[in-house]
Amino acid sequence: MITIKNLHANVAGNGILRGIDLEVKKGEVHAIMGPNGSGKSTLANVLAGHEAYEVTGGEVLLEGKDLLDMAPEDRAREGVFLAFQYPVEIPGISNATFLKTALNEIRKCRGEEEISAKEFLQLVRKEMDKLGMDEKMLSRSVNAGFSGGEKKRNEILQLAVLNPKLALLDETDSGLDIDALKIVSEGVNNFKNKDNAVILVTHYQRLLNYIVPDFVHVLYKGRIIKSGGKELALELEEKGYDWLIKEDEAVGV
Amino acid sequence: MSDDMKVVEDLTQSEYKWGFTSNVEADEAPKGLNEDIIRFISAKKNEPEWMLEWRLKAYKYWLTMEEPHWAKSKYPPIDYQATKYYSAPKKMPKLNSLQEADPELIKTFEKLGIPLEEQKHLAGVAVDTVFDSVSVSTTFKETLAEKGIIFCPISEAIEKHPDLFKKYLGSVVPPTDNYFAALNSAVFTDGSFAYIPKGVRCPMELSTYFRINAQNTGQFERTLLIADEGSYVSYLEGCTAPMRDENQLHAAVVELVILDNAEIKYSTVQNWFPGDKDGKGGIYNFVTKRAACRGRNSKVSWTQVETGSAITWKYPSCILQGDNSVGEFYSVAVTNNFQQADTGTKMIHLGKNTRSTIISKGISAGKSDNSYRGLVKVNKNADGARNFSQCDSMLMGDKCGAHTFPYIEIDNDTAIVEHEATTSKVGEDQIFYLNQRGISTEDAVNMIVNGFCKEVFNKLPMEFAVEAQKLLAVSLEGSVG
Repeated sequence: MITIKNLHANVAGNGILRGIDLEVKKGEVHAIMGPNGSGKSTLANVLAGHEAYEVTGGEVLLEGKDLLDMAPEDRAREGVFLAFQYPVEIPGISNATFLKTALNEIRKCRGEEEISAKEFLQLVRKEMDKLGMDEKMLSRSVNAGFSGGEKKRNEILQLAVLNPKLALLDETDSGLDIDALKIVSEGVNNFKNKDNAVILVTHYQRLLNYIVPDFVHVLYKGRIIKSGGKELALELEEKGYDWLIKEDEAVGV
Repeated sequence: MSDDMKVVEDLTQSEYKWGFTSNVEADEAPKGLNEDIIRFISAKKNEPEWMLEWRLKAYKYWLTMEEPHWAKSKYPPIDYQATKYYSAPKKMPKLNSLQEADPELIKTFEKLGIPLEEQKHLAGVAVDTVFDSVSVSTTFKETLAEKGIIFCPISEAIEKHPDLFKKYLGSVVPPTDNYFAALNSAVFTDGSFAYIPKGVRCPMELSTYFRINAQNTGQFERTLLIADEGSYVSYLEGCTAPMRDENQLHAAVVELVILDNAEIKYSTVQNWFPGDKDGKGGIYNFVTKRAACRGRNSKVSWTQVETGSAITWKYPSCILQGDNSVGEFYSVAVTNNFQQADTGTKMIHLGKNTRSTIISKGISAGKSDNSYRGLVKVNKNADGARNFSQCDSMLMGDKCGAHTFPYIEIDNDTAIVEHEATTSKVGEDQIFYLNQRGISTEDAVNMIVNGFCKEVFNKLPMEFAVEAQKLLAVSLEGSVG
């Protein structure tokens, strides 16, 4: 699905990603963990094409296509979806208008016809129902006045409706209580199948109880210093990151 | 320049689509302003003596006045002698027949989407069309006359309804009101007049479309609307002008009179030529608009979408004289490139339990300057007056300005006045969020800006709202950040 080779990126002149290599195949779930400031969110944002991040080296291929060469909207149309850590508010634009516009842009790129209003409503209602969202959220402005939990659910609703190839989840678990966490995780689990892939960025092992990863990677100072299976997350939960950092620094010396 | 700024710049570089010129043979006054010119205009219009006297009095008063410069706009001195004060097509339509009209004139309005023939019009909108100094056609006059509604060019009102016209002319905006009102009173050429009789709900929207065509010519129109007791009318106004290198002057006066239990809804989409990307040319738009809510329970609602003009100086106001009368002002003002807008409203509470609402949305892009200036005044006898004002500004890029000048004068302890103001930048984060859902930057900006203006667009009649949204997109094309 996606191949990341020796990816380097700067923010305001500071090197944040310093050589990331990662291969994510169809049907896989990868978790990116690591201490604060290790570059986890940067990785998600660089893949989505945020302009504040400057790519200084490396390459990223999405099903063989050069991802870094594409504008953010083209990446989205090609199937890259970022569930934001802090979804922004857009006053005056209803959630329904926003979601329908987005879906039609993506359908256009896939060579499909615009969705009819009726079909769209059916689709959205079904997905909202699964996420326990009130239908009134459709007529409210995008994220405006939503609680933290509502915003995250709204991200997962978009994930379900837009049905991308690759989902990047940036700390989707932050700010969620346990019930909301379960619902959101279920949404992600419903989404994933053998033809798509998920990269989830998280601080805590907690989320991984609900969305079980195939691989866990530890990011530190902009590089992956350790990769393993789901059991690595449990080990981190128990021992923290320090032992890995020490190990890495010892090797570095 | 950062990438974002580049995007902003690209997005605001759009072309004015109504800037063509028409070769219509014109009958014009020579350049300059003096008593003879005023006599010339009055004679052209076969006006009665009293009208000429009224004009000359206004002119003499104007000579004693000074051009106001308290607005935030900066411009070189205006040479009032370099402008022509009258220009009319030589071949005018006659008696509801377009056969004798200059074909170029008919073509012009077709290009603007304003056909002059009644049958081609949207049902439900009667249009008076003003080309430079004269009204060239008014549709649905007979249909309206059946209900006793008078809708005609102002020159026709002077001739056919002199008593009504005389009674109200200058009663809301006297010739001595301000510099540009005095100038207009001296040289006004045409415009629309409407009278809605007692208890009549006007069955269609009334509309005037203003087009400036001739070079070096100013447009000075007057509009006078009277809503008699218990009547209702919705009135729309639109305007465009060719792209010319020199600045052209537009100084209009609009007077609304609203009697007991009557209501006027007045909507404007102002789209005069704003000047080019380098700030060359464009219309100077100095307009005095005022509504007098004379009757009890009367109501006026001003909705304006201001996208055009090099300079806008305009404060549609409400004099809330009747008890329980209501004044509303909903405004979207967009400035781009080198445009300067200083616009807002005045709410003068005189009657008891009078209420007013002000919703102003300013959007600034390019190197433009956008100011809201508004007065809320509550007189000492206006018990129970209420006002709510909300002034929001949005900035695109870092070379433009947004300013808010609220003036509040309260002489009654029972008044409740609220003022809210916000300033925001079109956020990179908002744009990225929409980009990340497959929406292009241009569409993203349009969505964000339209969302910002939604409260005002909701107040416009349906077709006008769609028009306004499109216009906004064009005005800001190439301007985001």
